[in-house]
Amino acid sequence: MKISLPAFVGRIAFSALAALIGAAFALPLIWFLFAPFNARAELGLAIPDPWTLNNFVTVFGNSYAVQALWNSFIQATGGVILVGAAATLAAYALSRSSIPGKGAVTYTLLLFSSVVSGSAAMVPIFLIISAAGIMDTHVAVILTFAGGLLPTAMFILRDFIDSIPKSYEESAMVAGASPVQAFFDVALPVIRPGIVVVVVWAFVNIWGSFLIPFILLRSSDNMPASVAIYSFYSEAGTPIVTLLAAYALIYSLPVVALYLFVSWKFGFRFFGGIKA
Amino acid sequence: MASVEFKNVTKSFGNFHAVSDVNFDIGDGEFVCLLGPSGCGKTTSLRMMAGLETPTSGQIFIGGQEVTHLHPKDRNIAMVFQDYALYPHMNLADNIAYPLKVRGEPVDKRHARAREVADVLKIGHLMDRLPSQISGGQQQRTSLARALVYPAKVYLFDEPLSNLDAKLRLEARGFLNHLQRDMGMTAVYVTHDQAEAMALATRIAVMDQGKIVQYASPIEIYRRPATTFVANFVGNPPMNLVEVEGAQADGRLALKAEGLGIGALPMTDAIGKALATSNRLTLGVRPEHLSLAGAGAQNTIVAPLFANENMGPESLVTLDRGEGARVTARIFTDDHLDVSDTVTLGFSAEHVHLFDSAGNRIPAVGE
Ligand SMILES: Nc1ncnc2c1ncn2[C@@H]1O[C@H](COP(=O)(O)OP(=O)(O)OP(=O)(O)O)[C@@H](O)[C@H]1O
Ligand SMILES: [Mg+2]
Repeated sequence: MKISLPAFVGRIAFSALAALIGAAFALPLIWFLFAPFNARAELGLAIPDPWTLNNFVTVFGNSYAVQALWNSFIQATGGVILVGAAATLAAYALSRSSIPGKGAVTYTLLLFSSVVSGSAAMVPIFLIISAAGIMDTHVAVILTFAGGLLPTAMFILRDFIDSIPKSYEESAMVAGASPVQAFFDVALPVIRPGIVVVVVWAFVNIWGSFLIPFILLRSSDNMPASVAIYSFYSEAGTPIVTLLAAYALIYSLPVVALYLFVSWKFGFRFFGGIKA
Repeated sequence: MASVEFKNVTKSFGNFHAVSDVNFDIGDGEFVCLLGPSGCGKTTSLRMMAGLETPTSGQIFIGGQEVTHLHPKDRNIAMVFQDYALYPHMNLADNIAYPLKVRGEPVDKRHARAREVADVLKIGHLMDRLPSQISGGQQQRTSLARALVYPAKVYLFDEPLSNLDAKLRLEARGFLNHLQRDMGMTAVYVTHDQAEAMALATRIAVMDQGKIVQYASPIEIYRRPATTFVANFVGNPPMNLVEVEGAQADGRLALKAEGLGIGALPMTDAIGKALATSNRLTLGVRPEHLSLAGAGAQNTIVAPLFANENMGPESLVTLDRGEGARVTARIFTDDHLDVSDTVTLGFSAEHVHLFDSAGNRIPAVGE
């Protein structure tokens, strides 16, 4: 195929522009991958010379930072289990039962959820947690997140379950299964892709949040990684770039791993459309 | 196997009666078809037998025991769903064996039984596949196998063949008929295909707008349809209905309509009663009882030709009597049928059905 000269030039210009924009977005990512392995990392981009793991050694020597990663894991996992289990049961009930006004319930909850996890409700949440006597515990963080994330999780899941024919469970019950058996044998496996979406979404939300644990937790033993990352700032408030970069990389790995695992196991087909 | 009985069963959704005051009984070992147009309440009736829907009022009995409010799992029934409802995450073996699993059978025993049933249905070689990896006809047989894998009191079918192509449907229909002869199962079979109902049923319940219009054997429904609705629903093509004006003359019944020539019919008390209400009657003749006739024939319908369809062993000749009133004749011939622009169809008096102004059958002499 022959291409006219103006069209050819146009294409080159377009590709160059696209490459330029792409590079602008890629640069921070490249820094993010290079800096942890650079003993003299600065805010500028530089290829490590020599490559080193010393930054990681120092980070892992910091027991506070390591404990924080574990705390993040506890809080995120606890929250995810709570949100996943509660949202599945609630969404299933909302989808399958014929409670009048169930639509209104979902929408009202959805409306309030943005308030609960938002900063506007910080004071009441603080007061409630304090009154409940669970200040400075993992449970406080887990419950707060569960409350904030549940309505949206329920909403996503209900939509998903609505699209699954009732006849699956009906045929199981006619065949002799109790409603509980029908749920676990037939409905739950079919809903699973929807639950996975909700679980990943909730995990990422909790893992990355700063404000709620920062306010509800006191002792450094309970702080998650999102807060602990500030220990890599000097007294004067300037970041220790080498350690910060290494810690940031470690901190982001679980989320990346989770996405990879889900895409390997379930494929990314259900993201966005949420349809099996 | 067990009998089924409906006593004054009504099911309402809001103030809409999907099934209203239905009474009928199904004998042990009977194969009953619920036949009727879309939305007449067939599926709703079936789901009430299964326990997936609770009657608004009335009682349901299975094997003489009241089950009106019993949970589906406690009724010991089997059901084939229209969409098959095969569990997408289980292979065929697990799908078919699922009813045995919930009955607590050990895995090797239930898989052996599933295999047995699957072999009969010619899907035994597919046991490791997922439902998404087999054809529609195989899916249909899988759902059938899942229903047959355990001994149930009653077998319920909700249009199990409607998603199959014509050839597979005939094959499956023959198989179901054979199965019924073999097992003598009590079955309730929902369909809106009258040919399916005729072929399978020991009795057919024709439904219309939530009510049972006629409940009788297929041959009875064919020979003596209780209403114009039944007459118009059963038969292929259905019965021709002609609006006529009736009058009593010299102790006999004279019928009058445009293009219709018919000799006087014997009067009966029933006809007299119908005429007392209104002289507007409906005359019915089945397409297979009409033939091409000469000018001298006694009972005839004359009208312009509308269509002449050759179907192989037979031809469908349709006349247009104006205002959408058509009359179709089914003429058996293995030759191309030549008909002129105006056709005369003849019939004999013994094949005449009469309905009163409300559409109810007027019993013929000797009925
Ligand atoms: N859950 C429901 N809520 C409201 N109306 C319903 C419900 N289920 C059925 N109906 C109505 O009841 C009537 C009978 O429905 P049903 O499913 O029994 O019809 P059907 O005879 O099986 O028709 P088809 O041949 O189309 O399957 C229909 O008019 C339908 O709209
Ligand atoms: Mg139906």
